[in-house]
Amino acid sequence: MNRIQQKLKEDKKILSIYFTAGYPDLEDTVPIITALEQAGVDMIEIGLPFSDPLADGPTIQASSTAALRNGMRTDILFKQLKDVRKEVSIPLVIMGYFNPVLQYGVEAFCKKCEEIGIDGIILPDLPLDVYQEEYEAIFKAHGLLNIFLITPQTSDARIRQIDRGSNGFIYMVSSASTTGAKTGFGEEQNDYFKRIADMDLQNPQIVGFGISNAATFQQATSNAKGAIIGSAFIKMLSEKGTKGINSFVESIKTKI
Amino acid sequence: MKTYQADEKGYYGEFGGAFIPEMLYPNTEELRQNYLQIMADPSFQEEFHQLLKDYVGRPTPLYFANRLSEKYKTKIYLKREDLCHTGAHKVNNTIGQILMAKKLGKNRIIAETGAGQHGVATATVCALMGIECIVYMGEIDIARQAPNVARMKMLGAEVRPALSGSRTLKDATNEAIRDWINNPVNTHYIIGSVVGPHPYPDMVARFQSVISEEIKWQLREKEGRENPDYVVACVGGGSNAAGTYYHFLDNEDVGIIAVEAAGKGIHSGESAATSALGQVGIIHGSKTLLMQTQDGQITEPYSISAGLDYPGVGPMHANLYRSGRGEFISVTDDEAMTAGLLVSQLEGIIPAIETSHAFAIFDHRKFGPDDVVVINLSGRGDKDLQTYIDYFKL
Ligand SMILES: Cc1ncc(COP(=O)(O)O)c(C=O)c1O
Repeated sequence: MNRIQQKLKEDKKILSIYFTAGYPDLEDTVPIITALEQAGVDMIEIGLPFSDPLADGPTIQASSTAALRNGMRTDILFKQLKDVRKEVSIPLVIMGYFNPVLQYGVEAFCKKCEEIGIDGIILPDLPLDVYQEEYEAIFKAHGLLNIFLITPQTSDARIRQIDRGSNGFIYMVSSASTTGAKTGFGEEQNDYFKRIADMDLQNPQIVGFGISNAATFQQATSNAKGAIIGSAFIKMLSEKGTKGINSFVESIKTKI
Repeated sequence: MKTYQADEKGYYGEFGGAFIPEMLYPNTEELRQNYLQIMADPSFQEEFHQLLKDYVGRPTPLYFANRLSEKYKTKIYLKREDLCHTGAHKVNNTIGQILMAKKLGKNRIIAETGAGQHGVATATVCALMGIECIVYMGEIDIARQAPNVARMKMLGAEVRPALSGSRTLKDATNEAIRDWINNPVNTHYIIGSVVGPHPYPDMVARFQSVISEEIKWQLREKEGRENPDYVVACVGGGSNAAGTYYHFLDNEDVGIIAVEAAGKGIHSGESAATSALGQVGIIHGSKTLLMQTQDGQITEPYSISAGLDYPGVGPMHANLYRSGRGEFISVTDDEAMTAGLLVSQLEGIIPAIETSHAFAIFDHRKFGPDDVVVINLSGRGDKDLQTYIDYFKL
């Protein structure tokens, strides 16, 4: 069984952290991953930076631009991750945009991921139908889960379709927005979280976008299996660097 | 029959489609499900054509360019899109899309712009309809296109600087797309060219197809035949070209010529010749040819003409290039500027620098004395006077 599927079986709320590979410094990738695991994070999304991140707000845009300027490239990321499985056992997901993967070659990319021990891939701009027609067989042959997004605007029929096409978890975007930390969720989000929970989908849902602290984490996970923090973590990194990781993760896990 | 039009899913051969994050799916899906039906509606057609006639000033003339024809020893016709209200073909599309937005019940319009031509055309139709208008423009372009920024403001639009990435057209497009993600219900995004996710390339091409529709009957009047031997247009994203080719796409007797901006030379590192330099990839939700690094990072193009420096090209054109149906030629800044000056002095028409690229075709390619060559004169050069003045030290 894939590490993501195993993790989802555990009787706990999942805390997943996203960071942009190559930021703040080119060589920070593996130190960030090991520090996150030691701090007790359940899953990590490694962001492959892209020049034109359409779905991202200012924080992740800036980290992507900085990472590219630092010299991050797909082959460099793979080199950095080569021995990551000697040190880290939690699920690792690569999140990025489709074009860099297409240029690397989808098959070659998936093969590399398998060699390294990557468990899943999130490519927001690879649509479900194209994935199923052209790439699903390749992902599966390399033991990779492909994770799809849903939003408050996604119709029930499409959510069911995505649910049927998924075999790990569904990435539940918290609101109609690009990525970015929010201070809190309103009624609208609660209704949406509840609506999705009531659909009784076969895949668990993990909420992302707008989660920044213990309060939003707990709110998001009161109905969902877990939550993903990206922009707030990157902001912390830009202020405190890797040494701030432990206390950041602790602050999220504080019961309030 | 082989067709160069889009198929149902928005593919032109291997190019096109909708490579969009799920956040955009409801927006584009709403448009996809409705656009053909709305456009086929007689009341829509009537309003569209009425506005094109009374407000835009269509039909635009098809003008036989006597002195130019004499110089190049062939029969050259100019399709005068420069005479459209706001000075370029861009308004054909914005009129169509503002009516589409109204039919879809939208009350907020967003757009991207590079040189400001599409921004002005969008601000214009929003003023016409009394709809809120926000135009995203790269911070660098705002600084170098001040007159068009002022026009948009005077027309009541808000111009928002795109501060991310390279702060030019591609980043303005990213910002507009992000705005649409954040405002999925009440907002329509008026894209300015035949780019973006399906159904945009097909929808914009259909709105611009009025150009070739008119060419057909105008040429019948003037030459006794509907089909020219060649249609020529400059290609940035490709909207004026798509409109010029549209009704000739599947008639292989008509030669299709696309002129791209080579900037300081194709291999100078400062160019916007997408077909020559591009690789297959995804930009702004479309699979097409685009200029990028080996690693799939989108690179910044360069051209003296702000309307041609887009790192991609519409999927229709990528397919015309790949299939060999279209002949693609790239023209440097210097060749375009020289051609622009020549047309000004031979025909008394100062073309937009984008269009000047199309006129440089005659330095690259010979035509027969009986060939009928239609060049789309996509815009007028008023907006470019300062660039011409600086270039020629006038
Ligand atoms: C006069 C004129 N021609 C051509 C273009 C290029 O756009 P497209 O390739 O979509 O026609 C522009 C864009 O601003 C323009 O203003």
